[in-house]
Amino acid sequence: MRERLIYLDNAATSHPKPESVMQAMEAFMREIGGNPGRSGHRLSIEAGRVIFETREKVAGLFGIRDSSRVVFGQNATEAINLGLKGLLRRGDHVITSSMEHNSVMRPLRGLEREGIEITVVPCSQEGFLDPEEIRRVIRKNTRMVVLNHGSNVVGTLLPLAEVGEICRSHGILFFVDAAQTAGVIPINMEEEKIDLLAFTGHKAFFGPQGTGGLIIGERVNEKNMEPLKRGGTGSRSEMEEQPDFLPDLCESGTPNGVGLAGLRAGLGFLLGIGLEKIREHERKLTEMLIRGLLKIPGAIVYGSKDAEKQCATVSFNLEGWTPSDLSFRLDEEFGILTRVGLHCAPSAHRTIGTFPDGTVRVSMSYLNTEEEIEQTIQAIRQLAQKGA
Amino acid sequence: MSLGVILFASTHFAIRAEKLAKAKGLPVKLIPIPRHLSSDCGVCLRFSWAQREEIEAALNEAKVNIEGIHQLA
Repeated sequence: MRERLIYLDNAATSHPKPESVMQAMEAFMREIGGNPGRSGHRLSIEAGRVIFETREKVAGLFGIRDSSRVVFGQNATEAINLGLKGLLRRGDHVITSSMEHNSVMRPLRGLEREGIEITVVPCSQEGFLDPEEIRRVIRKNTRMVVLNHGSNVVGTLLPLAEVGEICRSHGILFFVDAAQTAGVIPINMEEEKIDLLAFTGHKAFFGPQGTGGLIIGERVNEKNMEPLKRGGTGSRSEMEEQPDFLPDLCESGTPNGVGLAGLRAGLGFLLGIGLEKIREHERKLTEMLIRGLLKIPGAIVYGSKDAEKQCATVSFNLEGWTPSDLSFRLDEEFGILTRVGLHCAPSAHRTIGTFPDGTVRVSMSYLNTEEEIEQTIQAIRQLAQKGA
Repeated sequence: MSLGVILFASTHFAIRAEKLAKAKGLPVKLIPIPRHLSSDCGVCLRFSWAQREEIEAALNEAKVNIEGIHQLA
């Protein structure tokens, strides 16, 4: 038995996973294991049913009626690449925020070289976005606004509904990266006027790594969409052209069946608890952590410092310490696992004023306890007293 | 008893149709698509031909696109 660890890196990937997730994956490997949508035998059909039910659960969670518009892939990054590269063309203009992860920034910078115009709207030092800033930079050729919902650095939430309204009134597509919030903060794509949403399966959904996807709203015409890859789908086998309907258009090759079986169980776990309860628990832990850190002499907490306005991710530094030393000592001496550096989001760190040194990031899940947060605050306090 | 099959664009819709039919208490089964109807490698929904109207109505109501309906010899 390994020593008891306090895992606080849930914004990177959630751990531990519910027992039901492991059981579902084992059952898929042992008892199902067919290739979904390829053959007509019972094990292929059963695998197809597992994926269908996973799709239905994801669609239900975001208020989508037609689950064929949920396209599975490896992760949120792949989904963001699909949404951006699949729809944007030379001469289009895209608006994003300065709080984005590189999963958005890097594909956009790549597209910039191919003749797509990018505007990065600045956010406040706390990470907030004024929706009017978006309205101000809209041009005639603005095709899309792409924003994260919750920052992976400081957890700040961006105003989806307000931006959605602005986009809809200008006939612009609204693309949301919900990697940090899906499964904790309720999102209704219709109500918030979201046209595309990228999600990951291995964070708050409690699924395994290698699962994620893109939800393509009904205002997006998939006939104009370019898939990232083409290949076998099990449908239209007589044709050498890619099918033009969803989900097959964007899902070539054998899917991650075992992963999606786990994702289905993860979704079942969170729906069984309910988003409201999950959010409340995480909000309480966040508030506890922020308050505890602010009482430690020399601690600098970044972001909103208000648990209502953010998800369960908190970035901080300790005067006289480098983030990497602090994180290493927390791991070595206390078994507390955090993440340091720039968190794949250099633009967000520039915005909050921590580039290039970065911060120590603590990110919680529903499975963390108040006791663990209390121990973490005590450990940081002890290290602060000792000095680097 | 005469049987028929309904063909769909892909497995996703076939599984959805199966679920809808079963929810209405209609006996159906997913089977490999008979070669003479299509060269697709997927499945189609087998049903009792006498219940054709009921099934079609259920699928239309749920906006499931039907690619073809065939009576089996």
